[in-house]
Amino acid sequence: MRELLHLLLPKWWTARARSASSGRGRGTRWLFFAIAGGFFWFFVFGVLFRVLRYFRDIPEIGALLAGKLLGLMLLSFFSLLLLSNIVTALSSYFLARDLDLLVSAPVDWLKLYTAKLIETAVNSSWMVVLMAIPVFTAYGLIYDGGWWFPLVALAVFIPLLLIPAVIGSAITLLLVNIFPARRTRDILGLVTVLSAAAIALLVRLIRPEQLARPESFRSLVDFIALLRTPASPMLPSEWAQAGMMSWLTYEPDYLPFLLLWSTTAGLIVLGAGLHERLYAHGFSKSQESASRFRKPDPAKGFARRMLAPLSIRRREMVLKEVRIFFRDTTQWSQLILLAVLVAVYIFNIKFLPLRTEGVTFLLATIVPFLNLAIAGFVLSAVAARFVFPSVSLEGRTLWLLRSSPLPVQDVLWSKFWVGTLPLLVVALAIVVITNVLLQVTEFMMLVSIGTITLLTFALSGLAMGFGTMFPQYETENAAQIPTSFGGLFYMMTSIALIGAVVMLEARPVYSYMRGMNYRGQADPTEMVVGFGIVALVCVAATIIPLRVAVKRLEAGEV
Amino acid sequence: MIQLRSLTKRYGKFTAVDSIDLSVARGEIFGFLGPNGAGKTTTLRMIAGILRPTAGTVLIGGVDVVKDPLQAKAKLGYIPDRPFIYEKLTGAEFLRFVAGLYDQHGADIERRGNELLALFDLEDWRDELVESYSHGMRQKLIISSAFVHRPEAIVVDEPMVGLDPKAARILKDLFREYVSRGHTIMMSTHTLEVAESLCDRIAIIQAGTIRAEGTMSELRTQSEDGTERLESIFLKLTGEEAQRKLVQVLDA
Repeated sequence: MRELLHLLLPKWWTARARSASSGRGRGTRWLFFAIAGGFFWFFVFGVLFRVLRYFRDIPEIGALLAGKLLGLMLLSFFSLLLLSNIVTALSSYFLARDLDLLVSAPVDWLKLYTAKLIETAVNSSWMVVLMAIPVFTAYGLIYDGGWWFPLVALAVFIPLLLIPAVIGSAITLLLVNIFPARRTRDILGLVTVLSAAAIALLVRLIRPEQLARPESFRSLVDFIALLRTPASPMLPSEWAQAGMMSWLTYEPDYLPFLLLWSTTAGLIVLGAGLHERLYAHGFSKSQESASRFRKPDPAKGFARRMLAPLSIRRREMVLKEVRIFFRDTTQWSQLILLAVLVAVYIFNIKFLPLRTEGVTFLLATIVPFLNLAIAGFVLSAVAARFVFPSVSLEGRTLWLLRSSPLPVQDVLWSKFWVGTLPLLVVALAIVVITNVLLQVTEFMMLVSIGTITLLTFALSGLAMGFGTMFPQYETENAAQIPTSFGGLFYMMTSIALIGAVVMLEARPVYSYMRGMNYRGQADPTEMVVGFGIVALVCVAATIIPLRVAVKRLEAGEV
Repeated sequence: MIQLRSLTKRYGKFTAVDSIDLSVARGEIFGFLGPNGAGKTTTLRMIAGILRPTAGTVLIGGVDVVKDPLQAKAKLGYIPDRPFIYEKLTGAEFLRFVAGLYDQHGADIERRGNELLALFDLEDWRDELVESYSHGMRQKLIISSAFVHRPEAIVVDEPMVGLDPKAARILKDLFREYVSRGHTIMMSTHTLEVAESLCDRIAIIQAGTIRAEGTMSELRTQSEDGTERLESIFLKLTGEEAQRKLVQVLDA
């Protein structure tokens, strides 16, 4: 045990030193983060509290609905954790810089496995843990979980954190052993995509939309039967849900707890066995230099001609960005994932029952408007993944840019446009296709296209700004950069911006629609003011963060 | 060509470089020596415009690096001690990219890039991704990139680290040829033989201050022993005490 703690000490010291270091503006940053985080927690807690209170008052099926909702949330957490652990395990077991020291030292394999498993689990899980706190608090309060409830929550949640860590580490270990050395990172990208596709499939199999329409069931008995059926009895998230709800409904059932803990223990033993057999070979393979591998130049011909009007500096910077992006499988493979998610979203929009009986005109017009907000949210997530990390990814090569006569503006300009233009194409595609499927009016189509264009620039500008203000130069994995404090802060700000834009446009759009529907006149002043403020807010959200980023990068030291 | 005036760098309460004054003339190879943590890399990074001085001035060809960074940097090439470069670019693309940063492109750059790659035995690797290069090959590529845009001065941090004997010899010859054409090199190194044989003038820095500066003969005079080699002068100025402690530790 002492040896295991010893292996973890450097990580602990690093974390402590990082939190204690007093960089300029660090206190303000923490304060900002605390306020934003607190606001976010309260928001999640508030929404869930109201929903659960509503469920609690429904006789017979209230607790079943609450359980189903909990199951869905835990399944999302579990899926996120699994993906995150697979990616993190590659870094902690095979690419981390401390491995040369640890592997060459007389460290027992089991200690190394356990220390790295803990490291992987902590790095992958902290954000999910933060998300889970308001969720569990809401359940505990509404269902009067009592003083023991925090312990019950821990008893179901700890295995739910450990199981994905063990599975993720084992998958990574197998991949490193099977595929050519240094190509594992590429393969992992693919695995991530496949896993995400599997998760999307799982969510579809649960058929959550049916729960919202009990009238579509032949009888109440069918509906209750569906609620009682676990999404999949083999999923640890279902055991966690069952265990927790059994405690909250005063019908304690110990089987789910037993299943969770015995599975965790069994998987750790299996994982350790696999590690003992395969790690040394896999680690050795991962240290070999990449094979000489000629890759096509994605920035030849057409791209070069397109960029001809730019200055040499900007052109070379853009070409560099494009080449690096397309040659790094971990980067572009996530685009496939994005495409899958967008396809699922468009598919769902297509089957929205907006033209069925009982759907009011108002609802049918609100949905396209909300569609805009969801598209904005998708964009902010994409920007968090691709635009936010772009400055951090320069990291160790910043010496080159900083020592050259390349103006900082040109660096950010290139990164901004390389990120924004594809984002704009995605944004317009999502909005136009979904609006066509929703058969929106010409007016709504124009509003959507204008708003999403402005939002794309603003979200991209914010991503560049926050990415430069909260750089992660030392992070080994690009996928981890958006999960940093700065990334979280960016996501919260983006959601606030999207919310503000939607609220500002809601009134003029509502007035216009009402006017059109009841043959009245829309108030032009309201429209000019509403859309004008939206434009101003978006332009400010684009320019101000970019200016701050320029200043930050000019003043910053590497 | 390179002038440092009262150059100071502080990290919180710690002073890494303490008000140093240095002047490196055109056509000169200037050696910058000192024990680990003496302030060499910090000084060179301030000259390259990567770190901002806390106080003092860096002038490159008369241009202030802080006040007019772009014009000053355009005159300079920088070779860092650790060869971190873009893993997903090929060697040729990297050279083209660096030349582009200095607003240069075209057939002349292509030819010069190829010549430099050939000089360092990298022509077979020109179209391979940098991720497949060894440490030494990356170092050679970075050295080539510092020469590709024909700067007036080059600042080099530990140039010989990771180089094989042949490449080290080529680099020394390249440096000599380069300064003979009126250019300037300022380099830090721990290889005292290299400094002794290559540098026209040398400065020794310790704890952020310049302990000695001049030609080899001037250094000998400053160390009050006309017969000593650079190693003895260096140790006398920076580390005799440490040497004694080392013997004590080994004896114990």
